[in-house]
Amino acid sequence: MQIDRRLISHFDWPLLFFSLLFVAVGVTTIYSANYDMAAGHAGPLPMRQVTWLGLGLIAMFTALSFDYHYIDRLAYPFYASMLLLLVLVLVIGHSGGGSQRWINLGFFRLQPSEPAKLAVVLVMAKYFQSDEPARGYVLRDLWVPFVLVAPLIILTLVQPDLGTAIILGIVFISMILMSGLRLRSFGYLVGAGLAFLPVAWHFLKQYQRNRILTFLDPDRDPLGAGYHVIQSQIAIGSGRLFGKGYLHGTQNRLDFLPAQHTDFIFAVFSEEWGFVGCAILLVLYFIMIGYCLRQVQRAKDRFGALLIFGMIAIVFWHVVINVAMVAGVMPVVGVPLPMVSYGGSALATMMFALGVIMNVSMRRYVF
Amino acid sequence: MAPLANISKQDGAPELRRRSQLLFIFIVVAFLGLITRLVFLQIVEGERFTYLSENNRIRIKRVPGTRGMIFDREGQLLVDSRPSFDLIFVPEDSERPETTLKLLAGYLRRDPVELLKTFEENKSRAAFDELVLGRDIDWPAVVAVETHQLELPGVSLRARPRRNYSDGPMTAHVLGYLGEINQKQLKLLKDQGYVLGDEIGQYGLERRWEELLRGQSGGQQVEVDALGRRVRVLHEVTDVPGYTVHLTLDRQLQETAFEALKGKEGTIVALDVHSGAILAMASTPAFDPNAFARGIKADEWSGLIKDQLRPLSNRATQGQYPPGSTFKIVMSIAGLEEGVVQPDSVIQDPGFYSFGNRSFRDWKKGGHGAVNLHKAIVESCDTYFYQLGPKLGIDRIAKWANAFGLGEKTGIALDDERSGTIPSTEWKRKRYRQPWFPGETVSVAIGQGYVTVTPLQLANMMAAVANGGKLYRPYVVNKVESVDGATVREYGPEVIRTIELKPDTLKRVRAALADVVSAPHGTGAAARSQLVSIAGKTGTAQVVEMKGGYVKTEHLAYVNRDHAWFVSYAPVENPQVAIAVLVEHGGHGGDAAAPMAKKVFEKFIEIQKQSTDKQQVKADGESRAN
Repeated sequence: MQIDRRLISHFDWPLLFFSLLFVAVGVTTIYSANYDMAAGHAGPLPMRQVTWLGLGLIAMFTALSFDYHYIDRLAYPFYASMLLLLVLVLVIGHSGGGSQRWINLGFFRLQPSEPAKLAVVLVMAKYFQSDEPARGYVLRDLWVPFVLVAPLIILTLVQPDLGTAIILGIVFISMILMSGLRLRSFGYLVGAGLAFLPVAWHFLKQYQRNRILTFLDPDRDPLGAGYHVIQSQIAIGSGRLFGKGYLHGTQNRLDFLPAQHTDFIFAVFSEEWGFVGCAILLVLYFIMIGYCLRQVQRAKDRFGALLIFGMIAIVFWHVVINVAMVAGVMPVVGVPLPMVSYGGSALATMMFALGVIMNVSMRRYVF
Repeated sequence: MAPLANISKQDGAPELRRRSQLLFIFIVVAFLGLITRLVFLQIVEGERFTYLSENNRIRIKRVPGTRGMIFDREGQLLVDSRPSFDLIFVPEDSERPETTLKLLAGYLRRDPVELLKTFEENKSRAAFDELVLGRDIDWPAVVAVETHQLELPGVSLRARPRRNYSDGPMTAHVLGYLGEINQKQLKLLKDQGYVLGDEIGQYGLERRWEELLRGQSGGQQVEVDALGRRVRVLHEVTDVPGYTVHLTLDRQLQETAFEALKGKEGTIVALDVHSGAILAMASTPAFDPNAFARGIKADEWSGLIKDQLRPLSNRATQGQYPPGSTFKIVMSIAGLEEGVVQPDSVIQDPGFYSFGNRSFRDWKKGGHGAVNLHKAIVESCDTYFYQLGPKLGIDRIAKWANAFGLGEKTGIALDDERSGTIPSTEWKRKRYRQPWFPGETVSVAIGQGYVTVTPLQLANMMAAVANGGKLYRPYVVNKVESVDGATVREYGPEVIRTIELKPDTLKRVRAALADVVSAPHGTGAAARSQLVSIAGKTGTAQVVEMKGGYVKTEHLAYVNRDHAWFVSYAPVENPQVAIAVLVEHGGHGGDAAAPMAKKVFEKFIEIQKQSTDKQQVKADGESRAN
C-alpha cells in the first residue's frame, strides 16, 4: 500500500491530540492513586501506563494504516478470534478479584473482553452497511447480528464481567438504532428485554445482585456492598469546587476508595481537582465525542459512518456509565474511564477505536 | 487501491447524518446529567461530604489525665493509679469477627461463648465502635494478645491508668470509689469535658474532690487509613495529671480502728481535739473499692446494694443512732450551766422514776441508791437524768445539744452526711403538728426517743469537751498539691463556734468522764489502759423498747440487740484525740465498744512515741554532729 500524500495532509491530528491528553490526565491521576506516602513517590503503575500508551499508539496506527474498507473482510475473522479468546480465557484464564478475565502473555495480561467491544462494532457495521430498507429494519433482520453478539455477551457474563457485558449490549442496541431499526420494532425489543429481566436476575452472581440492590439503597449495607458507593461519593463531594489539590486527596491516599487506579479513578480525580477539574474533563470528552460525531456526517459512505458511530458509542457509553457509577447514580459495574483508567487492554482498545475513526475521517476524500 | 465489495454509496449516508443530529442532542443531555450530578455532590452537598471525609480520616484518641494520688498525714500512699490494659475489639477491622473472637478466647483461655455473647449484644452499635471485651486484663492475657496480634485483626489493647486502693476495704468509705459516668452526670458535666466511658468519682473523697483529683485529659488527633491504621499524628494535647491530695488520716490508726471493728458492724471515728482533723474513720462492713476500679460486675454490685448490712454506707457520717447514755454528757453540762443541777445534791434512786402515770426504769435493777451528778455519770444512772429532764425542759436540752453540734451536719467534706435529730417543741410542731409532751423529755434525757446522732457528731462533741468548748469543723483533707509539689490549697482548723462554759462545769464533767473509765464502778472500765489515761462515756442505744422485765443481751434476737457506744478522749491530763465508737447490736457500750476505743488510743500513743523517738534520734544525731 502506497502512502498517499492526501492521507497525510488529512491526518486527524485533533483525535491524536485528544487521546494523548486523556492519557496524560490518566497517568498523572494514576500517579496519585498509586502514590506511596512513606516512600514519597508512586509505585510502578504510572510508568507501566506510559508503556501501555506505546501499545495504544501501535493499536491506533495499525487501525488507521489501511483503508477501512478492508475491515469488511477482516470483521468476521476478528470476531472469530475474539470469540476464541473469550473461550480461552475461561479455560486458561487468570483469575483476579473473583472473576476470570485475563490471559497471561508473559509481558502483558490480555483482557479479551476489551477488544471484544470492537468486534461488536465491526460485525454490525459490516452487516448494516447496505442501504436500509425504505421503512427501516424489522426484527426479522436482527437475527444475524443477534446471533453474532449474544455469544460475546454470554461469555463475558460468565467470567463474570457485568460491566463489559452491559457495554456490549448497549453498543449493540445503539448500533441497531443508528442503522435504522423501525421504532415499533425497537418497542418490541424493549418489551422482550423487560420480560427477560427476571431471567437475567436469576443468572446474576450474588455479588452482582448485591451491587444492584445496594445501588437502589446504598445504606442497605454501608460497610459491605454499599461501602464503595458511599466512599466514592464522599471523595467526589469533598473535592468541592477546586479540589483538595494534587496528591492531597485523603479518601484516595488513605485507601478509602476502591479500585483507585482503574474503575474509580474518576473519584480520585474529582477529589483532587474538584468540580472545576471534573467539568473540564467532561467537557473535553464531550468535545471529542462531538468532533467524532461530525466525522459521521462527513464520512463518504455508510460503512465508514457506521464504523465511526460504533466507536463513538463505545467511548460515550464508557464515559457515561463510569462517571454515573462512580457518582452514585448507577449500580457499580466494572467499566473503565476511557484512556484515563489504568489498564493496557482497555487503553489499546480505546486507541484502536479512535484509530478506526481517524482512518475513516482521513479517507473521506479518497476515492 | 484494492477492489472492495459491497460498497453501496460513495456520497455518504444521509439517514445517518439526520440521526446523528438527534444523537447530538442525546449526548448533550447525557453530559448535562452528569454535570448536574457533580454540581449536587461537589457544590450543594460539598460541605457535608467534606465533613464525612474528615470523619473518615481523623480519629480523636483521648488520653485521660492521670488521676491524682492520695496520701495519709505521714505521706503514706493510700491511692494511686497503676497502668492497666483494657481489651478492645473493633468489629469493622476484622473480616470474620466470630472467628477472631473464638481464636482470641483460645489464647486467653476464656469461654468463647462469653466473648461471642458480648459481641452479639453490641451488634446494633456501629461496626467501627470499639467494644470493651475486658477491663484490666491480667498480664498473661496482655502477653498473649501482643504475641498473636497479627492473627487477631480488630483486637487491640488500650493502656489506661487504673485506680489502685492499696488498703482496699480499710479506707473504702472515706476514699470512695470511681465508676463510669452515668447519663445524668454526663448531661450535667458535658461542658467540663467528660465523655461517655469516662470514670468519675462516685462516692467518698473521690466524688467530693473529683474536680481536683481528675486532671485534664489530653488527646491526639490521628490520621488513619481505611483499615484504621494510624498514619500520623496531626495534633497533640498533653494530658495534665490531677492534684495530689494529702489527708489528715493516719494510715496506722485507721488500720487499728478497722481491725478492731472486724466481724462487727460499726464505726470508729478518731479526731484531733485541737483542730477537728480526722485521724481515723473506719466503717464496717466495708467493700473493696478496687472492685469498682476493675469494672464491677453486675452481680457484685447488686450484692452490695441489696446487702442488709449496707456495706456502701459510711456509718460515721451517714449512720443515725440514738445516742443513749452518751447524751448524759450534754444533759450534765446543760444542767450545770443552766443552774438546774446542784452538783453535790443527792437524789435517791429506787431503780425507777415515775412521771405522770408512767414509770421509767433504770438500767440497774434496784437502783443506784444515793446519787449525785458525779456518780450519775460514772455509773450512768438513768434515774438521775430522768428527773433532770423535765427540770431542764426539752428546749433547753435542745439548745445545749445543738451547741455541741448535735442535730446539724458537721460540714465535713464528704458527701451525703446526715444531721441526726435533736427534738424540740418547735421541731415536733413542724414535724408532727403536735405539742411536745413532757413525758417525752424523760426519754430524751437518756438519749432515747426522738434523739439521733451520727458517730462523727459525738466524736466532735467529745473534742469540744476535751478542748474547753471549741467546736471545730471536722476535716479530712490537709493539703492539695500539684504534681510538681506546689501547694494548691491548704486546710486547717475551722472553729464552728465556741461554747461558753463555766470552768467548774468543765472540771466536774471531765472528772466524772475520767472516773467512768478509772473508778471501780465506772461503766467504761473495759477501756482502762496501762499506757494512757482515758476519759469517756458508755452508751447503750435501745433498738426496741423493752416492756416488762430485764432481758440479757444474749437472749435477744440479733437485730433487736442494743447498739453499743463509747465516746471518749485521751489523755485525760492533756487531751489530744477524741474517739467515738459505735457497734451496731453490740449490746452494752462498756463491754463491746470501750475496748475498741482503748485499742485505738493505745495505738495513737504508740505512734506518737514512734515519732518523738524519731525526732529524738534526729535531734541526737544533730547534736552529735555539732
